[in-house]
Amino acid sequence: MKLARDDLVMRAGVLAMAAALLVMVGLPLWSLLAKGFEDRDGHFVGLANFLVYFSTPALFNSALNSLHVAAVCTVIVVPVAFLYAYALTRAVLPLRWLFQAVALIPIFAPSLLPGLALIYLFGTQGFFKSWLGGGQIYGFEGIVIGQVFYCLPHAMLILGTALATADARLYEAADVLGASRARVFFTVTLPGAKYGVISAALVVFTLVITDFGIAKVIGGNFNVLATDVYKQVIGQQNFSMGAVVGLVLLAPAALAFAVDRFVQRRQVALLTARAVPLVPRPRPGRDAFCTLFCIIVAAGILVILGMAVWGSLIKYWPYNLSLTWANYRFETFDANGWDSYFNSLTMAVGAAVFGTALVFIGAWLAEKTKGFWLVRDLVRLLAFLPMAVPGLVLGLGYIFFFNAAANPLNFLYGTMAILLINTVAHFYTVGHLTATTALKQIDPEFEAVSASLKVPIWRTLARVTAPICLPAILDIAIYLFVNAMTTVSSVIFLYSPDTKLASVAAVNIEEAGTTAAATALCVVIVATSASVKALHLVAERFLLGRLQAWRRR
Amino acid sequence: MSYLEVRSLHKRYGAFTALVDISLDVGEGEFVCFLGPSGCGKTTLLRAIAGLDPQTSGTIRQKGRDVSALPPSARDFGIVFQSYALFPNLTVADNVGYGLVSRRQKRAEIANRVTELLALVGMPDAGSRYPAQLSGGQQQRVALARALATSPGLLLLDEPLSALDARVRLRLRHEIKALQRRLGVTTIMVTHDQEEALTMADRIVVMNQGAIEQVGTPEQVYRTPATAFVADFVGAMNFLDGTFTAPDCVSVGRVSLSCPPQDGLASGSKVRLCIRPEDVRVRDLPADVSNRLSVQVAELDFVGAFCRASLHADGMALVADFSSNLIRDLGVERGRSLDIALPPDCVRIFAA
Repeated sequence: MKLARDDLVMRAGVLAMAAALLVMVGLPLWSLLAKGFEDRDGHFVGLANFLVYFSTPALFNSALNSLHVAAVCTVIVVPVAFLYAYALTRAVLPLRWLFQAVALIPIFAPSLLPGLALIYLFGTQGFFKSWLGGGQIYGFEGIVIGQVFYCLPHAMLILGTALATADARLYEAADVLGASRARVFFTVTLPGAKYGVISAALVVFTLVITDFGIAKVIGGNFNVLATDVYKQVIGQQNFSMGAVVGLVLLAPAALAFAVDRFVQRRQVALLTARAVPLVPRPRPGRDAFCTLFCIIVAAGILVILGMAVWGSLIKYWPYNLSLTWANYRFETFDANGWDSYFNSLTMAVGAAVFGTALVFIGAWLAEKTKGFWLVRDLVRLLAFLPMAVPGLVLGLGYIFFFNAAANPLNFLYGTMAILLINTVAHFYTVGHLTATTALKQIDPEFEAVSASLKVPIWRTLARVTAPICLPAILDIAIYLFVNAMTTVSSVIFLYSPDTKLASVAAVNIEEAGTTAAATALCVVIVATSASVKALHLVAERFLLGRLQAWRRR
Repeated sequence: MSYLEVRSLHKRYGAFTALVDISLDVGEGEFVCFLGPSGCGKTTLLRAIAGLDPQTSGTIRQKGRDVSALPPSARDFGIVFQSYALFPNLTVADNVGYGLVSRRQKRAEIANRVTELLALVGMPDAGSRYPAQLSGGQQQRVALARALATSPGLLLLDEPLSALDARVRLRLRHEIKALQRRLGVTTIMVTHDQEEALTMADRIVVMNQGAIEQVGTPEQVYRTPATAFVADFVGAMNFLDGTFTAPDCVSVGRVSLSCPPQDGLASGSKVRLCIRPEDVRVRDLPADVSNRLSVQVAELDFVGAFCRASLHADGMALVADFSSNLIRDLGVERGRSLDIALPPDCVRIFAA
């Protein structure tokens, strides 16, 4: 079979994608893996590092701590998120949109923020310190509260999607058969959302295990894996042990990811084309309960956010509560001043523009190239991998790979480019999945029609495929932007004095003991990413209304 | 020389064989239907001809040119898919003109051609609308106009009518056929609907399990099915199991029935005797009529224009179509006895 020019170009594209993803994901991880088996001087030492790790109680305890915190958070977050999502999708709620918006706020914040807010609330000089009755917030409890705030929206989004796709006919059938409400819940509602619950639990577990910011700020002497990696690498410059801890950190995350993939594969489409969407009908008792529950949860989120905002504006906590902008003069706390914020902005815009282009074209190539299975599967695998890799682990891999003297890409080290590449790589998977889902929803025969009309395939990509996928493309761009603004974990190893990011600066300022300025920087980040998201919603309305008139029937 | 020559085409997907030794000729300007049940390989064959899913082995020549190894973009065809695959974000005019733009024609020429094509498919004023604003039948016409825009030598239709409701389907059958005749474009249509194939095609290719069962005019396929599969798949058919006793005689149960003389069947071999329900005779049976049977009317199903009767005789069961007139004239009703005849020239025999 002769290949058309289109096919050749696409195969070259897939090859280039595979090479790019190998550099962005595959090789750094490989470097990390290799490093775990070397001593400080780079000699192969087999499992020696791992033996040291598991025989040092101080190190090994962190792993147990991480698992403990993650398990407790999962048990708390999933039911709360389920009820909240249930209220949003299945009850008649006043101001539904507002409750939805409030629950999403934590997504736009760096994970440091809940930690800092908790210090204001319950810290040594906290407002409500007396509530703890002599206990203290630094440690296990603080991490759990912070993580619940941080993980809630992620679980809620997954469960919301699972609960939103309900077939009204099933409920009508259950009603007609005389099932009680409890029975309907356990035989229809819960099984329908089963995979969502499993997925949400795994996501929360992974987020908690891999998060760095909260444990860093409020962990106190309670060590977890994520803070250990940081201490080993930044504090003790022990890269080999850092790699070992990183690999230990990778294990539960990768396991959770594998379980999720396995479970999702068993899921069959519950919502067929003929399903009748469920529209919630008023039921006073349930609605009142749901409203009350949502108010409590939303209030909790707003208290933490509000505390951060207020704290950032206060002159001298808790002695002088008058308001000031002084904490926003970042140049007085950190050499970079506001520059780190503009670095973040540059990086986030870059990630949104270049990252989205790469992700979408990569997904398109992997999806639409004919034959060439091996390379396409490699691209898919490498696109999936980042989901299972904690940011700290990927960042560490980047040090080992890009900082190696023999690497021709060495010149990237310490530049803005490496931060951008790292961020796009870290958050690649969700974008890839979004793009793939959008592409799969398009008629698979478009390319065949173009070929029969002798129209080059890139023309169809530009005139048809990309415009149809525009909402998905915008979603990917916003996702990358927000994450680039808020991420701490992976970039903390990679910045140079000139390219320090706002979230990293917040960590540094907090380390230096200036809670107020660190909080102020976090507030600026939340404000930026939330505004961009709001802009996105407006733009989407506009786009759907004007440019995409064809969607209207 | 035929316009399209397919020679010993095979298609395998791993262990599964989708097409077995397909050889076929399509004349210029001919309308050919690939007919068969789902999974019989008809769409696979169409996609191989288009180059979308290339064959494992075998050759395809179009207008004397070997296109077997060419990618779709280097072949000469227009295609309409079951889903129509209209670009939802482009207007009807942009959809129809899609293949013209890349040919570097002048803007005005393209506009003229698009107007001409939309008029051709009977939608002169739809140019500025979007596909989502059109009915299924209208979308189908736009897809047809788009496929014809570049004046391809070969038009491929992959179940173009199956997504439409019955009434629209009926009307479009005639329109597509008339359009095809007017333009004289060689056309291959895939369908699983035998009525569609019988009314539209010049010739029908009946396929089963990746192989061709019969190629013939609609009349031939219906009147003289080549295999038991074709007899069963196209139209309604009675099958009676019997034993071959003489060159023109089959015994079914205790009855001996005469049939057209058969070659190549050994006496005593198991056979299936076929007759269409509408060929069962009841009226004006001469005294010496062959294959006379006394039957009982076990069931009478009203189908509208006629009634389908289930008849029982001597452990034999068969159905017959009786017109309303006949039923009234002869007073046919459930439980009544009747004398019928199975005219030997309407009977077909297949080895069991």
